[in-house]
Amino acid sequence: MGGVSFRPGPGAVYSGSAMTYLDHAATTPILPEAAAALTAALTSFGNASSLHSSGRRARRAVEEARETIAGALGARPSEVLFTSGGTESDNLAVKGIYWGRRAKDPGRTRVLVSAVEHHAVLDAALWLAEHEGAEVTLLEVDDFGRVHEDTLRAAIAENPDDVALVSVMWANNEVGTVNPVRELAGTCAAHGIPFHTDAVQAVGVLPVHFAESGASALTVSAHKVGGPYGVGVLLLGRDVPCVPVAHGGGQERDVRSGTLDVPAIVSMATAVRVATEQRAERAARLTALRDELVREVRAALPEALLNGDPGETSVDGGPSRLPGNAHFTFPGCEGDSLLMLLDARGIECSTGSACTAGVAQPSHVLLAMGVEPAPARGSLRFSLGHSTTVADVRTLAEAIAPVVERARNAGLAGLRRGAARTAEV
Amino acid sequence: MRVLAAMSGGVDSAVAAARAVEAGHDVTGVHLALSAKPGTLRTGSRGCCTVEDAHDARRVADILGIPYYVWDFAERFTEDVVEDFVAEYAAGRTPNPCLRCNERIKFEALLDKAIALGFDAVCTGHYARLEVVDGRPELRRSADLDKDQSYVLASLTREQLSHAMFPLGGSVKSDVRVEAQERGLAVAEKPDSYDICFIPDGDTRGFLQAKLGARPGHLVDDETGAVLGVHAGVHGFTVGQRHGLGIEAPAPDGRPRYVLSLEPVSGNVRVGAVEKLGVREIVAERPIWPSGVALGGEVECVAQVRAHGGTSAARAALVDGALVVRPSAELRGVAPGQAVVLYRPDPGGDVVLGSGMISATR
Repeated sequence: MGGVSFRPGPGAVYSGSAMTYLDHAATTPILPEAAAALTAALTSFGNASSLHSSGRRARRAVEEARETIAGALGARPSEVLFTSGGTESDNLAVKGIYWGRRAKDPGRTRVLVSAVEHHAVLDAALWLAEHEGAEVTLLEVDDFGRVHEDTLRAAIAENPDDVALVSVMWANNEVGTVNPVRELAGTCAAHGIPFHTDAVQAVGVLPVHFAESGASALTVSAHKVGGPYGVGVLLLGRDVPCVPVAHGGGQERDVRSGTLDVPAIVSMATAVRVATEQRAERAARLTALRDELVREVRAALPEALLNGDPGETSVDGGPSRLPGNAHFTFPGCEGDSLLMLLDARGIECSTGSACTAGVAQPSHVLLAMGVEPAPARGSLRFSLGHSTTVADVRTLAEAIAPVVERARNAGLAGLRRGAARTAEV
Repeated sequence: MRVLAAMSGGVDSAVAAARAVEAGHDVTGVHLALSAKPGTLRTGSRGCCTVEDAHDARRVADILGIPYYVWDFAERFTEDVVEDFVAEYAAGRTPNPCLRCNERIKFEALLDKAIALGFDAVCTGHYARLEVVDGRPELRRSADLDKDQSYVLASLTREQLSHAMFPLGGSVKSDVRVEAQERGLAVAEKPDSYDICFIPDGDTRGFLQAKLGARPGHLVDDETGAVLGVHAGVHGFTVGQRHGLGIEAPAPDGRPRYVLSLEPVSGNVRVGAVEKLGVREIVAERPIWPSGVALGGEVECVAQVRAHGGTSAARAALVDGALVVRPSAELRGVAPGQAVVLYRPDPGGDVVLGSGMISATR
């Protein structure tokens, strides 16, 4: 494909700045401080495992980053394991802790995960069921997508002695509902069961404190908090058994081998530090913008349904819904039609978790919350972040009603023709 | 115009989309996901709609600089094409799934959605010429007669065709490949697909067997009524078929036997000599007029009874809402369930007059 130049077609808008980006839960622009740290670190080299001067310099940068992240998230430096991102951290926690617990007690084969987990947790658990003799218990959620402590308690009570681990996300990536992590972790602790939580969406907007949460393991992704892609952290308590998924040089407490990506780690630490320092202020700003967005959408389309927790209460000293999340069902519409029409107007959002083939499947999160498949397909997530402005919210507010009307007509077109043909036959 | 380009991931739809962009249209690319469980990788030239095909289409859209989406039509495709295909075989007919897909998916489900979303037309990589003459669509054979697909488009109505765009109609396939190469489209060398896309291994009989199970019946000599053997279901046969009949003993005269007709109720497959395959009259239901003009009186035309070959000069007329077509020479292997397409010969590409689904032959 060498020599092929990029030719934007007529009408195509490809300038990032022209876009109204409302998909920060997918990824958020890198923070200027993190970009500066990344570019500065790219030109210095060294393998953090080497014993010479270059190696020591690289190692020092990594250890400083580790201490920064530990400090920002209420963990000890030795609890910070660098990985390639959220998916790897989740896999390492679910599989590693499962294997570690089973090695000590072969009877511990039950894995309890919420039904609304990200696929990185859900599919890792289901893989264990298929290949490693695990029994997966899906913890039911309420209509907001929240796991209740008594649900977890009842599931553990079925047989406390066979539970390998529990994994429940801090906040849901699709509908934004925050889980009572301290309560859930406390229930696990009472039985000596490791509790993992995927906090990918929580860091930077919710008060995430590893020690105070009581969790045994916690997943963080850099690019969701304004850091670079391809790097993340698993916070792992020092007494939590965890068998490596990838074997090799024994880096990262012998749990996660591989030469460390020093520039990415340094940049991630900067992003986590800045994001947590600015958290309270940012959360307040995003909450106000999000509330404005919800008001505007509801004013334009009274039939639009807000999914997830309404965000009016408090969980673990923070909001009950992610400050930047607004997730709606637009009855009678197909999510892919809505997405395309908004995209054509320069507004970027999401129909749910992206998928390899790009085919929009009804969200497992909404289905678990009791939403029917048809309305589940007609849902959109708008997620706000550090670069979101009032103008972005206004742009969406002006576009949403005509877009929904057109998408609804497209949905009806399919139904009408189908009905006509049935009548004809 | 705002154009929705259906992009399969193959070379034809890629060049068609490129030409639509170059013509100045505002083009959006869409790949139709037609299988609920698409394979990850293509194997050989067979199959389509894999994740790899979706990827290939995406890369073409990148180079063209057009937005690109994958739309899920798996449910509609399963109901309207795959299940219809199975039901037609079970009823002793021989369906054409590509025709059905054009009629029900690309130019119905997709077109309806496109129009409702504000598009003016759906663009595909079909080889057929389409022009507007006196405000009416005129569908003609492709400039590349080997690739001509007017047969599988002839069941589109005037309304459907007035929102269709076939930018490759005036081209030959070899030129399209060269053009794809020149445009830097990685799909330039992608092999042609010949098989039914939802039967990637090409084993239609095995596919139907799995769907319909065994429905045993007799192979019957059309002349004598003698039972020559047993078979696992009429869906394993097509009128005009010679091979794979599973008859042990040769015919008394030593000449090959052909399938003459399928009787789904009794389960009989009637076989006989090649002369008995000849058809002098074809009756076709559900006539469709691509330009919106019904046949007036008896018309001299060329009739085509299957996707490749099977043409003859004929006289056709509309009788009690059905097409009655009388080929001037006997046509063989005319299978109910296939379309009969009527053309008016023209040096600039034969013009489609109308089509219908073959329901009976005499």
